Amino acid sequence: MADERFDAVVVGAGPAGSAAAYTMAKAGLKVALIERGEFPGAKNIFGGVIYRRQLEDLIPEFWKEAPLERTVVQQSMWVLGEESAVMLGHHNQRYKDPPNCWTGLRVKFDQWFAGKAEQAGAVPIYETVVTQILRDGERVVGVKTDRDDGELYADIVILADGVNSLLGKQLGIHHEWGPDEVSLAVKEVIALPRQTIQDRFNLEGDEGCTIEIVGQTCQMAGLGFLYTNQDTISLGVGVMVSDLKKARVKPYAVLDGLKQHPMIRKLIRGGEVKEYSGHLIPEGGFNSMPKLAGDGWMVVGDAAQMVNAVHREGTNLAVTSGRLAGETAIEAHKVGHFGVGALDAYTRKIRESIIHKDLKKYRGVHQLLGFGDSSLLFDKMPQALNDAIYNMLLVDGMPKKEKQKKVMRYFREAAGGNAELVRLGMKGWRAMNG
Amino acid sequence: MLHLVVCIKQVPDSREIRIDPKTNTLVRLGVPAIINYYDLHGLEEALRLKDEFGARVTVVSMGPPSAEKALRQCVSMGADEAVLVSDRAFAGADTLATSYVVALTIQKVEERWGTVDIVFCGKQTLDGDTGQVGPGVACRLDIDQLTYVEKLESLDLETREVTVHRHLEDGVERVKARLPVLITALAELNRPRRASLPGILRAARYQPIVWTTNDFPTIDRAKIGLRGSPTIVSKTWVPEPKQVQTEWLPSEDSAAAATALLDHLYSTDLPQKLGWA
Repeated sequence: MADERFDAVVVGAGPAGSAAAYTMAKAGLKVALIERGEFPGAKNIFGGVIYRRQLEDLIPEFWKEAPLERTVVQQSMWVLGEESAVMLGHHNQRYKDPPNCWTGLRVKFDQWFAGKAEQAGAVPIYETVVTQILRDGERVVGVKTDRDDGELYADIVILADGVNSLLGKQLGIHHEWGPDEVSLAVKEVIALPRQTIQDRFNLEGDEGCTIEIVGQTCQMAGLGFLYTNQDTISLGVGVMVSDLKKARVKPYAVLDGLKQHPMIRKLIRGGEVKEYSGHLIPEGGFNSMPKLAGDGWMVVGDAAQMVNAVHREGTNLAVTSGRLAGETAIEAHKVGHFGVGALDAYTRKIRESIIHKDLKKYRGVHQLLGFGDSSLLFDKMPQALNDAIYNMLLVDGMPKKEKQKKVMRYFREAAGGNAELVRLGMKGWRAMNG
Repeated sequence: MLHLVVCIKQVPDSREIRIDPKTNTLVRLGVPAIINYYDLHGLEEALRLKDEFGARVTVVSMGPPSAEKALRQCVSMGADEAVLVSDRAFAGADTLATSYVVALTIQKVEERWGTVDIVFCGKQTLDGDTGQVGPGVACRLDIDQLTYVEKLESLDLETREVTVHRHLEDGVERVKARLPVLITALAELNRPRRASLPGILRAARYQPIVWTTNDFPTIDRAKIGLRGSPTIVSKTWVPEPKQVQTEWLPSEDSAAAATALLDHLYSTDLPQKLGWA
C-alpha cells in the first residue's frame, strides 16, 4: 500500500479523466491520474473532430499549444449508392475565425492533455491497470492496481475508464453493454503528402474537412467517416455490434468495401496505411446512461455512455463531464463531505448541461436504429436516394411529372409501401427532434 | 554498504525508428524515447544485489534535459539517486568523449556518496551499437571490466570477489574478479522488474540531480563534446536488399506442399552443401 493519501484518484487518462484531473489539480487538490496504456492516448483510436467550445472553458486558447491537425472549414455528408454518391456539404471560411473545430489524432492529443494535468500537479501513474474498487461498506475509498503494493486511497474516485468500464460493472452501475448499445469502429490512418491532401480536398494551408458517410455498410447500421489530418487521412467505419453479430461480417471487411468505393478510392489512392485500429463506441445514449455519482465516486465520459452519435460528439462531452466532476470534487473537498449528498451535485450539473439536453433530444435515435432491419435505413434508403437523384438529373426524354412519380417510387419500394414510408418518416422526425 | 552505479542512456525506441531515405540518418522526430534496453538489465542486476545485500544504487546518465524521464523510471524501479549530466558543451560526443565524461561523473559520485564497488552498463546502446563506452569508462577509472555478462553467479562480500559468466562467440567464460569492477550486461542476465506503486509515486516527485560542466572544475574542455570526438562519419548508406529468385510451388494441401518442397530441394545441390545427403 502506498503511504500517500490522495484527495482524488482518476482512473483513465482520456479526455474525460484528464479534464477532471486538470480541474482538480489546478485548484490545489492532490490528484493521481492512472492510465493503463503505455502513455495517455496509446489505447485510443479516435481520429476525429475536436471542438473549441467545451475545451476552451477549461483551457483558454488551448489551440495555440495543443497538437491539432487541421481547422475544419468544410463538413459534408455523403450518402453512398453502389457506385454513386449524393453529397451535401457546407464550406465556410468563417469557421476559421473563431475556429469551430479541428481534426485531431488522439494519440497525440491525449498525451498533450494529460501533460496539462501533470503540469497542474496531478501525479501520473501510467502502464497501470486498476483491478478493483476498494470499499468500506457502501463507500468507495480507493482503488487497487496491478502493481506491487498497489492500493491507493482517496476521498473521491472518478471513473473515466472508457466504454468497457470494468470498474463501473464492479460498482454495479452498469451491466455488460448489449450488442445494440455499442458499435465497433475500425479506422485506418493513411499517409499522403500534405500537398496531395490539400489538392484532393480543395483545401489551403491548415484548412481541413470532414466527411460523414451513410450507405454501403453491408446492410448494417453504421456510419463511415473520413477526416483530413496534416499528412494523413483518418478513414473508418463504425457498425452496430448487434448487426455485425447478425450478419457475421468482419468490421474490416466493411472498411475494405468503403475503400474500394469509386468515391473513396480516388481520395486515398497512393496512400500508405500507417495504422489500423478498432474500438467500441457507446451508442446507447440517453437511455443507457448509468447512475452518475454515489458515495465517494463519480463516473464520466464514455464510461457513462456520454456520446452523441448523431453529431459524432464524444470528446467534448467527455471533457465537459470531466470538468463538472472535477468542480464537484473541489466543492466537496471544501466542505469535507464526499457522500452521495455531496457528489450528487455532479448529476445535477450534468442534467443542467448541454450533454444531458443533447443526449435527451436524440434519445429516440437508438430505437430508430433498431427499427425493423438496418438494411432499410442504411442500405435501401441511401440507394433509393441515389437512384432518385440519378433519374432527376438524367436527360432521357421522360416528362418531368412522370419523373417525379418514378423518383417517389424508389423510396416507396425501399420502404415497402406508402404506409411504411410515412411511418418511417414520422419516426425519424420524432427521433431527431426529441 | 555496497555502492553500485548504473549507467543508462535514453535512446529512440528502435521498434519505431525510420531512416531518412535522403540523408541516411535516423529520423528521431516523433520517435518515443526509452531507456536503452541493455541498461535496464544492468539496473535490474544492481537492484537484485540491493535486495540481497543492501546497497546504495546511483544511476547516472549523460544527455539532454528530457532524459530526466528515463532517470525517474529508474528511481521508480528502486534506484536511490539519479544524476543527469547535461550541458550543451557535451553535445555531439562520440564514445571517447562520452566515456571521459561518464568516468568523471562516476568519480564525482564517489566523492559525494562513497567508493563505488560495481559499475553496471548495458553491453551496447540500441542507437549507437558500438559497445565502447562501458570499456572506455573502465579504462579511465582503471578498474577491471567484465563485458557481455549473462549471469552474475555470486558475490562474496568477505573476499570482495564477484563471479560472472561472460557470453563469448565460442562459449561461456566463467570469470572471478575482485571489486571494484565494471560489468556490461546482456539481456539474458535477468528480467527487469516492474515498478511498485510506491516506487511510481516516489519517482513522480523525484527531481534528478543535474550536473553541468561547471560542476566539474577540472574538466578538460578539449576532451568533451564535438571537439573531443575524433570519430568521423565519412559515409552512411542503406544496403540494397539482395535480389533472390522466388519459386512458387503450387499444391493442394500442406502435405502435398511439404512433399513438393522436399522433392524440389533434393533436386538441387543444397542438401549436399548442408550435409544432409
